[in-house]
Amino acid sequence: MTTPRPETLAKLTPVLTKRWLSPDAWRIGTYEKLDGYAALRKALKAHPDDLIQLIKDSGLRGRGGAGFPTGLKWGFIPQGDGKPHYLVVNADEGEPGTCKDLPLMTHDPHALVEGVIIASYAIRANRAYIYIRGEAVHAARRLRNAVQEAYAKGYLGKNILGSRFDLDLVVHSGAGAYICGEETALLDSLEGFRGQPRLRPPFPATHGLYASPTVVNNVGTIASVPYIVLGGADWWRTMGTEKSSGPMIYSLSGRIANPGQYECSMGITLRELIELAGGMQPGHNLRFWTPGGSSTPLLTAEHLDVPLDFEGVAAAGSILGTTATQIFSDQDCPVYATYRWLEFYHHESCGKCTPCREGNYWMVRVYRRILSGQGTHEDLDTLLDTCDNILGRSFCGLGDGATSPVTSSLKYFKQDYLDYIEGRNAPKLSDKQLVGAH
Amino acid sequence: MTVFTEETRARAREIIARYPADRSRSALLPLLHLVQSEEGYVSPAGIAFCAEVLGLNKAQVGAVASFYTMYKRRPTGDWLVSVCTNTMCNVLGGQEVYDTLAEHLGVGHDETTADGTITLEHAECLAACDYGPVMTVNYDFFDNVDPQTAVGVVDELRAGGRPVPSRGARLCTLKEMSVQLAGFADEREGAVADGVPGEPTLRGLRLAQEHGIAVSGFDPNTPIRSKAEAAEKAKAAAPKPAPAAKAEAGTPAAGNGARPAGNAGAGEPAPAAAAAGSTTRDVKAPDAKSPEVRAAETRQPDAQTAVPDAPGTKVPADGVPPSPRDAQEAEAAGAAANPPAGDGKPAGDEAGAQERNLREAEAGAGAGSPNASDRGAQK
Repeated sequence: MTTPRPETLAKLTPVLTKRWLSPDAWRIGTYEKLDGYAALRKALKAHPDDLIQLIKDSGLRGRGGAGFPTGLKWGFIPQGDGKPHYLVVNADEGEPGTCKDLPLMTHDPHALVEGVIIASYAIRANRAYIYIRGEAVHAARRLRNAVQEAYAKGYLGKNILGSRFDLDLVVHSGAGAYICGEETALLDSLEGFRGQPRLRPPFPATHGLYASPTVVNNVGTIASVPYIVLGGADWWRTMGTEKSSGPMIYSLSGRIANPGQYECSMGITLRELIELAGGMQPGHNLRFWTPGGSSTPLLTAEHLDVPLDFEGVAAAGSILGTTATQIFSDQDCPVYATYRWLEFYHHESCGKCTPCREGNYWMVRVYRRILSGQGTHEDLDTLLDTCDNILGRSFCGLGDGATSPVTSSLKYFKQDYLDYIEGRNAPKLSDKQLVGAH
Repeated sequence: MTVFTEETRARAREIIARYPADRSRSALLPLLHLVQSEEGYVSPAGIAFCAEVLGLNKAQVGAVASFYTMYKRRPTGDWLVSVCTNTMCNVLGGQEVYDTLAEHLGVGHDETTADGTITLEHAECLAACDYGPVMTVNYDFFDNVDPQTAVGVVDELRAGGRPVPSRGARLCTLKEMSVQLAGFADEREGAVADGVPGEPTLRGLRLAQEHGIAVSGFDPNTPIRSKAEAAEKAKAAAPKPAPAAKAEAGTPAAGNGARPAGNAGAGEPAPAAAAAGSTTRDVKAPDAKSPEVRAAETRQPDAQTAVPDAPGTKVPADGVPPSPRDAQEAEAAGAAANPPAGDGKPAGDEAGAQERNLREAEAGAGAGSPNASDRGAQK
């Protein structure tokens, strides 16, 4: 394995991940020794509006995939309206390929708790929830423990550190539904309903949890807040690019020598990331990859030098998403990969909107037929037509996400589809797996 | 209903108390985990129990229970073995692991072995792709599994052993796990401390450490500017490069946080016009409402549409009177914060306009002490 070049190494920016190296950082004592809760003390002395301004100045954008400016979102909360406000942390990590929030909550849960307190103070919320994916049990253990420790130390509860600010924080486990990562579905789920998205507007900023003004932010977004409060907006902007500021945790998986979490300055390229990860595995050549989870259109070896920030990836025809880069090689089949993702979207579609519910159901069947060697040329048109009828026609982005791998794989790898249809590729699925597919 | 003891009822009350008094329905998911912890699945009795303590009907609870895959509808084994077969794990060998286990155990997806010990399922992405292929036992991880190690794990479980997960805590039974999912602390001595981060989690950090890379310029005493100062700065220094963002040497050996060059950017907040470009689908400012929207709003589970047979949701709370007038006020308030199209432009299209509107709204809202919203539904 070759050592990465110095200029590539220089793109590493360990900020949010840094405490993971301290095995006890999840305990409040260790956390406090590592700058922990210093940001809270500092923030409670400032006016909440100044904190919102600080986050605006930092250029922090949501880490959950959409990249909406965080300060702007906080600023949308109407103040002095007499209604309770809520902060809800979206910790329902489940986008295929994404695995950055779970380690953060497991190894540095107090960073999130501290961020929650500061953000709640800024938006004047006295109640906050962390909606954590049900399966994320160890992260939830650590988080619940952290919340308990924070209460015991007076960082949560009544009159926090003598500031007259009160906050209650509840860690709420989900129950296995990817759709609850969509913010309005999450709110419905948190209210005790089936997790189905709401039509917007109205937006959560005015009609969120319990029809009250609510900010929903991703784990990484909220965990960034204490660092910005301590280091300042200008320091934060020394990392990343002008429009995509700060560090970002890139989750690399697949056919590379060293898969894992690499926190880098936003705007790093895949070429550099692969270099950091020790190169491709021996015998594997890059063929296709997702820049930010399976809901972001596939990119190829042509896109090795695309800057992985919100603008750069968009210019390349994809979406930065959750910066979950899943890397596939010439030994992986893009048609099969897409089929597996579609099985996922089909399973996870909540069923509320017809295009997504029915479209994914049928596309899975078309893929099964193609992969079993029984596809037709018309199937490819059917797929594109179905995508046309899903994209933009449902309440939330789940259906849109499902079309991403389909249209992008057809764009770059149509020949692979034709090879199955025209019999040059051996069928990947057997007749046994095809039961009920027709 | 006799299945559930007074202890379960006490726990149920504790769960309900976590949520605002008039919003007890929020306790439904944890309550379903709770009844699953008693019976290993959500039985008709479990559904009746949740309905009773929340004042819902059984159909309402059943509709929710059947939506979520973690609520099992048939009795389960002590050990729920989930193998990730989503794309990444799949191509790395996860499908083979699943197929081997299914064959070895003689069960399919969501089925339990004849001896009642193991329930097998294939799972969608478990958020551990850097450890793929992965499987979990009662949601704790076994990383980089292959068919042999997976068979080894289930054989040990069937023989009464407790294999140690790669990360996370030592194993507990599915019923014990469900208590934690209901929001209770893991009471086992030292279980929270179990598990150190795996190598993939630390890879980027180790690389930085080995090569002496750190982020420079971090001063925890950087003052938080007051709003007035910030506005002044923004006015005075629009296109000024941020001071710290210079290329300060790419030699990591020097030990100073080598920052990538060329990202010097600006005293102005991120121009969100670009942001809007990538997010328009999701996030726009509230707009004038169409009848369709209103209909959807009516269907939202908010205060004004409290389910008639849900007494828990009807308790009047200060601050949230369930009257339509209240909703109109809220709407007005929302519109005030984000006036739609006041300047002839569609709201949400241009972040500058939003910023501007916001500033006006804030000015209107007055200084607002931190405790302005003290009242609310909180205790």
